[in-house]
Amino acid sequence: MRKLIFALLFAPLLALASGTELRLDKAPDKTGDMAALQNGAKVFVNYCLNCHSASYMRYNRLRDLGLSENQIRENLLFTADKVGDLMKISMQRAEAKVWFGAAPPDLTIIARARASEFGSGSDWLYTYLRGFYRDDTRPTGWNNLIFENVGMPHVLWELQGQQVMGEGHHLSIAKPGTLKPAEYDSLVADLVGYLQYMGEPIAQTRRQLGVIVLIALAVLFVFAYALKREYWKDVH
Amino acid sequence: MKAQMTALLGWVDERFPLTSTWKAHLAEYYAPKNFNFWYFFGSLALVVLVLQIVTGILLTMHYKPDASLNASGVPVAFASVEYIMRDVPWGWLIRYMHSTGASAFFLVVYLHMFRGLLYGSHRKPRELIWLFGMFIFLALMAEAFFGYLLPWGQMSYWGAQVIVNLFSAIPLIGPDLSLWLRGDFVVGDATLNRFFAFHVVAVPLVLLGLVAAHIVALHEVGSNNPDGIEIKKKKDANGIPLDGIPFHPYYTVKDIVGTVVFLAVFSVIMFFMPEFGGYFLEYNNFFPADPLVTPAHIAPVWYFTPYYSMLRSVTVNFFWIDAKFWGVVAMGGGVVILLFLPWLDRSPVKSIRYKGPLFKGAVAIFVVSFLILGYLGMLAPTPMRVLVAQICTLLYFGFFLLMPIYSQLDKCKPEPERVTGK
Amino acid sequence: MAFDDKVDCGRRRLIVATATMGGAAGIVAAVPFVASMMPSERAKAAGAPVEVEFGALAAGEMMTVEWRGKPVWIINRTKEMLDSLKKTDDKVSDPNSDKHMQPEYCKNEARSIKPEYMVVIGICTHLGCSPTEKFKTGAESSVGPDWPGGFLCPCHGSLFDLAGRVYRGMPAPDNLEVPSHKYLGDTKIVIGIGQDGKET
Repeated sequence: MRKLIFALLFAPLLALASGTELRLDKAPDKTGDMAALQNGAKVFVNYCLNCHSASYMRYNRLRDLGLSENQIRENLLFTADKVGDLMKISMQRAEAKVWFGAAPPDLTIIARARASEFGSGSDWLYTYLRGFYRDDTRPTGWNNLIFENVGMPHVLWELQGQQVMGEGHHLSIAKPGTLKPAEYDSLVADLVGYLQYMGEPIAQTRRQLGVIVLIALAVLFVFAYALKREYWKDVH
Repeated sequence: MKAQMTALLGWVDERFPLTSTWKAHLAEYYAPKNFNFWYFFGSLALVVLVLQIVTGILLTMHYKPDASLNASGVPVAFASVEYIMRDVPWGWLIRYMHSTGASAFFLVVYLHMFRGLLYGSHRKPRELIWLFGMFIFLALMAEAFFGYLLPWGQMSYWGAQVIVNLFSAIPLIGPDLSLWLRGDFVVGDATLNRFFAFHVVAVPLVLLGLVAAHIVALHEVGSNNPDGIEIKKKKDANGIPLDGIPFHPYYTVKDIVGTVVFLAVFSVIMFFMPEFGGYFLEYNNFFPADPLVTPAHIAPVWYFTPYYSMLRSVTVNFFWIDAKFWGVVAMGGGVVILLFLPWLDRSPVKSIRYKGPLFKGAVAIFVVSFLILGYLGMLAPTPMRVLVAQICTLLYFGFFLLMPIYSQLDKCKPEPERVTGK
Repeated sequence: MAFDDKVDCGRRRLIVATATMGGAAGIVAAVPFVASMMPSERAKAAGAPVEVEFGALAAGEMMTVEWRGKPVWIINRTKEMLDSLKKTDDKVSDPNSDKHMQPEYCKNEARSIKPEYMVVIGICTHLGCSPTEKFKTGAESSVGPDWPGGFLCPCHGSLFDLAGRVYRGMPAPDNLEVPSHKYLGDTKIVIGIGQDGKET
C-alpha cells in the first residue's frame, strides 16, 4: 500500500513558474564578521537613518557587534539622546509621503520582509542597493533594476557613481564615483550584513542554543528509551 | 512519612475521586498493546496544546492588540511583536515556540486524524469521539485564523479581509454578517481587538472543553488499535482484556519517548529555521499591515491551503448565486463531510490492514489529492492549476461520497481474533 | 501482570535517573519563561538615569523631575529652611536617618550631598501618594501655628520636614526616600547613579 502512495506521489509535477521572476545577486555572508557589521552600522546611521527609522532597534543593542556604550554614544548616536533609546527619526510620516510619494519604510526587519522564493532578503537588498540607474523620467532622476519606479533616490550615488541602463537590461557605470566597483560592492555587503543582523539580532545566539538543546534532548532520549524498553520487556 | 501520605490520600479520596480517576484513566485503563507509530499523535497533540497555552499566556503579557500607529508610524500591535522579539528577555524564544507550535499543532492533528481514517477509529462505537475530534478541528482552525490576525502584518490583514469577505457571499445575510464579524466596514482595530478576545479566551476554553469530552468519550469505549478489532471481546478471568495493557506505565513511558523525539524535531525547526522557508512565518508578514496596499499574492498559511484550493476551484455560478458563495460551500463542505465519515464507511472491517484494494486505492488517491490541493493553494491560480484543483476537489469529495458503495463492494480479508504484532 | 513484592532495583534506578534528567531539563526549560517576566529593555531604558540641571532654581523653590516613573523633588533650601531641621529633630521619628531610606553618603542631618540642595523622591512612604509642599511657615501654612515648613500628604495626613523626615505618630512609617545621585557640576546631578559611578 505504501508503494502505491509513493507511485502516485511522483505523478506529473506541475509547472512551477509563479509570476514575474526576479534575478538576484547573492549577498556575501557577513554573519559573525564584527568589523564588517560595525562598518555596516556606520553606513546605516550615516546614510539611511535620516529618512528611514529603525524603530524597533535600540542603540545599546549594538553592543552585540563588539562596541561599548561609549563607542556607540560617540560615533553612532544620531537621532536620540540616550544610548538606550530606539532608532527613531524625527521626520513625520505624513510629510514624508508628500515629499517622496511614499513614506520611507521602517528598516528594522526589512531583511526578513524582502525574502522570497527568488532569494533571501539580503540578496534582494544587495541587488537593490547596487541596482540604481539614471532615469530622467523619474522625479528623483533615479530608477532601480528590481524595484521599478521606486520613490527612493540613489543615496549612495557619490560612492558608486552613476549607472545607466544599456541594451539587454544591463547596467554600466557612466560616471564613476569615489569608490571603485569592488569597493562599493564591499560597502554594500557590509551594510546589507548589518541589515540582516538588525533584522534578527538574536539569530546567532538562537543557533548556538539550538545545538545545546539538541544535545540535551539526545541525552534525554537515551534515558527515556532505555526506560521504555525496560518496561516493555514485560509485554508480549 | 509513607503512613502520613497514605492517610492524606485517604482523606482526599473520601471527598474527591482522585485514586479512582487515576485508576480509571491511567493505571487501570487497558489500552491495546499493539499501538504503533501512528498512535503517538494524540498525546503529542496534548503536548502542543499545553505548549501553545503556556507560550500564549506569556505572549499576552507583552503583546498589544492595537491597530493605531505609534509615533514612528508603525501599528502598535506589529511593533509589540518586535518588542517581544528584542526587548523582552527570551521573548524571541517564546514567540518562535508559539509560531512553530501553531504549525506543529496542525501537522500533528492531521496525522492523528489520518490514523483514525486508516484504522477505523471513527467506526461504531467510536462515532462520538470522531465527532468531538472534528469539532476540535473546526475550533482549531478558528483559533489559528483569529490568532493569525494578531501580528498585524500584511498577510495577517489581507488574509483576514479575504476570509471575512467570504461571509459576505452568503445570500441575503452575508454583508451584514461580515459587518458584524468585523465590527467595522473593513478589517481594523475593532476586528483586531475582538479576534484577540476570541483567540486568547473564548476559543481556548472551547478547545479545552472539547478535548476533555474527546478523551472521556474515548475512555468510555476504549481505544481502537491498528488491527481494528475490539480487545474487550476477549477478557481474562479478572475482566481485563487479554490484549490490553495498562496505559500507565506502558504508554506513559512510551509517550515520553515520543515527546522527546517530537521536541527534537520541533527544536530543529525552532532554533535553526523558525521561518521554515516562509511557510511557518510568512515573509510578507514582516511588513506591517497597510490597508491601502494589497500584496501581489495572498495565500493562507499552509495548513489551510487544501481547503483554500477547494474554495478557488469553484468558478461557475449556480442558480443565480455567485460562484464565490459556492466556493465557500465547497470549502465548508470539505470540512463538514469529515463529520459523516462514521456513517459513510460501510466496510465489514475497521482497519485498512484487512480492507481490499478498492479502499486502499481510494485512500491513496485521497491523500495525493489532498496534498496536491494543499500545494496548489499556496500558488497563484492559472487556468491549468484551477483545472487540476477542480479534479482533485472532485476526487476528495468522491472519496467520501462514494465510500458507502466501494467500502461494501471491496473484497476484505478476515480480521484476526487477537491483535497482531505489527 | 503479576506484581512482585520485591522492588526491581534496575528498573527503579532507571526511573530515578530518567526522572532526574527530565526534571533538570524541565527546570532549565522553565528559566526562559520565568525570566521573560523580568523588566524588558524598554522598561530598563525608561528607568535609565536622568540628568538634571537646576542652576535656575531660586532659593526656597522646588522643582520636580521624573525618574523611573516617580516624581523626584529638588529643593533649593534657604538658610532658614536648613535651620528649621534642628527644631524638628525631636519631632521626627528617625532624626538620624538610621533606617536605609537614603544612600550612605546622604546619612546626615540634611540628608543630602550639598546641604543647600535637597534631592528626594516625592512619594509618601505610607501608601504611595505624593505629598504637597508646605514651605510657608506658621499660621499661614494652614498646618499649624508652629509649622516650620515641610510637606503634608493629602491622603492620610502624614507630615514630613524639609529633609523629608517623617514626624512621629504619622501613618507613614519612614522618611522620604533619597535616590542615589551624583553631582556632575555645581548645579547638575544625575539621578540613578551613585557616588561610586554605578547605576542602581
